[in-house]
Amino acid sequence: MELNKVILCVTVLLLAGCASNKNQYYWGAYEDLVYKTHHTPSEVPPSVQIETLLADIDKAEALGKSVAPGVYAHLGFMYAADGNKELAMQSLIKEKELFPESATFINGIIQRSIPKS
Amino acid sequence: MNTRIHKVALLFIVLLSGCTTIEPYNYGPLKQAAPRSILVLPPMNSSVEVSAPYTYLSTVTKPLAEKGYYVFPVSVVDNFLKENGLPTPAEMNGIALDKIDEIIGADAVLYVHIQDWGQKFLVLSSVSVVQGGLKLVSVKTGKLLWEAPINAQYSPNDNSSGGLLGALVVAVVSQIAGEISDNTPQVARMANNMAFNSAKRGLLNGPYKNVKSSN
Repeated sequence: MELNKVILCVTVLLLAGCASNKNQYYWGAYEDLVYKTHHTPSEVPPSVQIETLLADIDKAEALGKSVAPGVYAHLGFMYAADGNKELAMQSLIKEKELFPESATFINGIIQRSIPKS
Repeated sequence: MNTRIHKVALLFIVLLSGCTTIEPYNYGPLKQAAPRSILVLPPMNSSVEVSAPYTYLSTVTKPLAEKGYYVFPVSVVDNFLKENGLPTPAEMNGIALDKIDEIIGADAVLYVHIQDWGQKFLVLSSVSVVQGGLKLVSVKTGKLLWEAPINAQYSPNDNSSGGLLGALVVAVVSQIAGEISDNTPQVARMANNMAFNSAKRGLLNGPYKNVKSSN
């Protein structure tokens, strides 16, 4: 069994290692949060996701790496779910600044969330 | 033990060298469309594993973004579509391209179909399988830009050296262990790595690919 574990580790490292060493973005826990959002949402309430994502953004800065596409939008979505509209808006706008391709989608989300008077 | 390591090494050689005999992909339509942003819709699922679409969805952003594309935030998109009257992946996969253009503004959509997924318990072994296909389609023209199979499997207990009894024990132990930890995300990552980064049939780099860090 131990040998099997070693082989598993080597396999994973071999296949994952080459790709992850030269990652352009810092990914942190983003994929894990996406997984848990859908499978075990009670483990990752918005407050936990916000904390995790902010810590990842700090780590990315410390490492001099770019924050991955979607991270600020996901953060904004979590702020909105947590009832913090101002920070939600700031995060969504940050996503749009970093990745102008997101503009149509982000603008739509922002417009829909503004109450019609 | 040595023979096992040799077998593992042989497997890698086969895996790694296998790609070279493959015909190169026709990248004409992809080069012409030159998409910058990709919307990944939650996969269509033909497997019996109900959790497969969202497990796969959690593994696909990273390889696509590392290829240099803007990938719309998958959970946010999923939630957005659910709130707008599309509760299932099947309905999301039926959205008209002009609506995607208007509401999301994506250049291309990645449609994912999962055919087989999860842990198979065989008599003397268990194997985790991820099998399906990817299709990248232009939102503007509806043209197919790129496609690839996703295909990987992982068996934690290939040919145990402990004889039949050893094999049985290993199979039982890994079946119990397999119930505790879901290793399909790792298998999906292997499948994605082969699909997106294959030398002759992988996806071409997008505009965000950092050419400076070509190490």
